[in-house]
Amino acid sequence: MLEFDDIQYFLISRPRALAARYEFLTFRQPAGGRAWLMGIIEKVRSAKGVGSNNADSRWVTVAFTWNGLQALGVDEASLATFPEEFRQGMAARAEILGTTGANHPDHWVGGLASPDLHAIVVLFARDVAERERCAREHKEYVSQCAGVEGLSSLDLEAIPPFDYAHEHFGYRDRLSVPVIEGTGEVPTPGSGAPIKAGEFFLGYPDETGLQPALPQPEILSRNGSYLAYFRLQEHVGTFRDFLRQHGKTPEEQELVAAKLMGRWRSGAPLVLAPKKDDPELGKNMQRNNDFNYATMDPHGYACPVGSHIRRMNLRDTAENMERRRMIRRGGTYGPPLPEGVPEDGVERGIAAFIGCASLVRQFEFAMNVWVNDPNFMELDERDPIFGTQDGTYDMTIPKRPIRMKFKGLPAFTTVRGGAYFFLPGLKALRYLATLAKDA
Amino acid sequence: MATTPTPDWTKPAAMAIPKEGYFKLEKGRYGPIFPKTPACYGFSILAKIKPGTEEKIREYGKKVEKTIAELPDALAVLDLHYLRWILFDIGKDTYFMYQGIFDTDFDKYTEDAVALFGKYGINTVFEHLEGFPADWKTNAPAFVKFVREHQCPSFLEYAEYPYVSAGEIKKALRLKAAFSQMLDLMQ
Repeated sequence: MLEFDDIQYFLISRPRALAARYEFLTFRQPAGGRAWLMGIIEKVRSAKGVGSNNADSRWVTVAFTWNGLQALGVDEASLATFPEEFRQGMAARAEILGTTGANHPDHWVGGLASPDLHAIVVLFARDVAERERCAREHKEYVSQCAGVEGLSSLDLEAIPPFDYAHEHFGYRDRLSVPVIEGTGEVPTPGSGAPIKAGEFFLGYPDETGLQPALPQPEILSRNGSYLAYFRLQEHVGTFRDFLRQHGKTPEEQELVAAKLMGRWRSGAPLVLAPKKDDPELGKNMQRNNDFNYATMDPHGYACPVGSHIRRMNLRDTAENMERRRMIRRGGTYGPPLPEGVPEDGVERGIAAFIGCASLVRQFEFAMNVWVNDPNFMELDERDPIFGTQDGTYDMTIPKRPIRMKFKGLPAFTTVRGGAYFFLPGLKALRYLATLAKDA
Repeated sequence: MATTPTPDWTKPAAMAIPKEGYFKLEKGRYGPIFPKTPACYGFSILAKIKPGTEEKIREYGKKVEKTIAELPDALAVLDLHYLRWILFDIGKDTYFMYQGIFDTDFDKYTEDAVALFGKYGINTVFEHLEGFPADWKTNAPAFVKFVREHQCPSFLEYAEYPYVSAGEIKKALRLKAAFSQMLDLMQ
């Protein structure tokens, strides 16, 4: 039984928020960090406290880097029981993740690659006005906590139209979402069986049927999750130029966008709508994820083998998929670039968290193999949307009688920052806030 | 090709490999990445077996034979060319050598291999090896650590048809079969 009253709401419920703010903090003194945490705990809700029809106007999430746990005074013996990849942090794992070149931590912003990054507060708000109110309140609060400083922050807003989730390139989002066993949610057709809670939360059996050992002490780790954070700039001008270069008509350009993603921007999957967009299918959650590859499109004539969704979820064409599922949260930042307007140089993109129980097995595998391994499926390609691209990789579009290629893919996205956080349960937050030892 | 020049399969190739097993340290999720050689990727794990388990280990040979006979694609995801399991004595001790030649970097698909072995019940052969972690089913990093500690990198690898993947070989053979069938039909 999942302890909904202890697990932070963040990876379970999805309240309707149109604005958000991420604040990245550093603790100069352990006591100051603990005092800050003690004061903010009452605002952090459990999964039990936040249902999907939650009437609150803002939702607060708190998570820590390994350096942050140390800065709060967690002792060395405990710190050593956390997995190596979390101890090292995302920046140190860049080579493994494939975030090289322009995506390398040397170019990250907001102090995210720094060992001074200790904590993140994720504020989701009903609207921008509420976000601004909470931001002012938190700024005031931080100024009262000795030794707690903001490293940077990022404001996020949903982009219009607000009736469905999508990002700056215009793709409909949140179509293939894992369901956690024990939450009572029913997976949409084609989304597979619910996934064991231990794949996302520490202290529960995972898909092996067994429960992995916990970092110590248990009160700190139980009901926690790991979060991989990415701030991903989207180069909308480059993306639209690419569509125009490879498609003469608007219909052809939409097909180019669909081939890159594996879905039309409407959300309709190419496997079910190979030739022409079908917006009704795109928004129908009972149908838009109900497809496979092995029997419906084995050669990728509809959905290219190297397209984003086919790389990121191989469905029935790979083993062990149930051990690679992750829960994504986050949103868009920066102003939308109106259609027909050239690139304005303003940073815009997605800032998202990937929640899992094992960064090395779930998140790092996805980055190392699916996103950035050129040898994936012997394609000599990287993920066309999210992979580290510099114009040297192509994308193959299987087609009869002869396949075609998008030559020299540009980078449609750039990683501007990232970090690994531990998202503790509520009891663990109280444990951290009341650690007696003062380093 | 963006990463490496197109390898020439018509020209046999040999590669001498430094003692560490790699030329340049490249980090994988679980440690250094061992390079692709003319004979593709691979490993040779050598470990001492627990006394009295030799017959049990040999039984696993039959078990794998049966599994593959019934489910020929059981190990397909590993992109294997060859597996060789060998038992041999040094003094009074018996050692197990597990040699695998495959097309993917082992670091990438370790967990899949562990899961597959578990699925087909051929995993527990490792439990007869000394020092194998008891919690390996839930502790992939410990499993990988054991494998890496017992991995003996080659110092020479050779291939008559270098860098060719199992997939490419099968594709070529399918084409050959289709071609000879076509010629037969044209008689």
